Amino acid sequence: MPADYSAVLVFIIAGTGIVVFTFLLSWFVQPRNPYKVKTETYECGEPIFEQSWTQFNNRFYIFGLIFVIFDVEAVFLFPWAVAFKSLGLFALVEMVIFITILLVGLVYAWKKGALKWV
Amino acid sequence: MEAYVFYLFAFIIIASGIAVVTMRNIFHCALMLIFCLFTVAGLYVLLSAEFLAVVQVLLYVGAVAILMIFAIMLTSRLAGREVQLSNEQTFVGGFLALVFALGIFYAVNATYFVPSDAVLGRENSLAIGKLLMTEFVLPFEVISVLLLAALIGAIIIARREGN
Repeated sequence: MPADYSAVLVFIIAGTGIVVFTFLLSWFVQPRNPYKVKTETYECGEPIFEQSWTQFNNRFYIFGLIFVIFDVEAVFLFPWAVAFKSLGLFALVEMVIFITILLVGLVYAWKKGALKWV
Repeated sequence: MEAYVFYLFAFIIIASGIAVVTMRNIFHCALMLIFCLFTVAGLYVLLSAEFLAVVQVLLYVGAVAILMIFAIMLTSRLAGREVQLSNEQTFVGGFLALVFALGIFYAVNATYFVPSDAVLGRENSLAIGKLLMTEFVLPFEVISVLLLAALIGAIIIARREGN
């Protein structure tokens, strides 16, 4: 392991440790007498009328799919940006082509109304 | 030290992997899968493949797993209900998994890995970026065409399903 990652490891351990400690502490000190009103979900005083597990609108899925495509694009942007200084203009042209091809997809999605919330 | 961290990560990966297939609520399974994939990113860091680790987090944790959670939340019959997640073939499946694991173990044990003399690059993403922009220009541009095809295909399929 590269040495400079030990800080990350300490961070992970401390982060998890604090959360676990807090949960354990509250588990030990809390009084337990649950009754019906107490265990209900708090919704600003409104009586609850439905489970919180509802079906979400299907339209979210197409946004998710488009997001994944552009997420993959972003992955290629990072090494390009790091190497950009040593590559110069040619790399810029390549990336413009890369993004333009993907922009066609975005325009397509736009024209097809996939981005519209009906 | 490195070995201990590896064992810690390996233990978390296996434990969360088992949790993915044994938990009752399919939503919790998806969360466990995210945990598992995240720890795999930790393994990549251990192997000094930082760029791969970031890609793992960005794509698998950030995109693929989120898409799975989307799919669960968008399916009316799945979210929050007790779904039949396992069938009668637990033992057959477990046996096959064991055989597979032993096979992998045997194969790894029997292979002699030649240590490479190549020095691990400190500047991971810089090297990848340079190669992408010089030697692998064509594959790089083809990727964008591939992504375009995937995007258009996804829109066509999703719209047809919607209507």
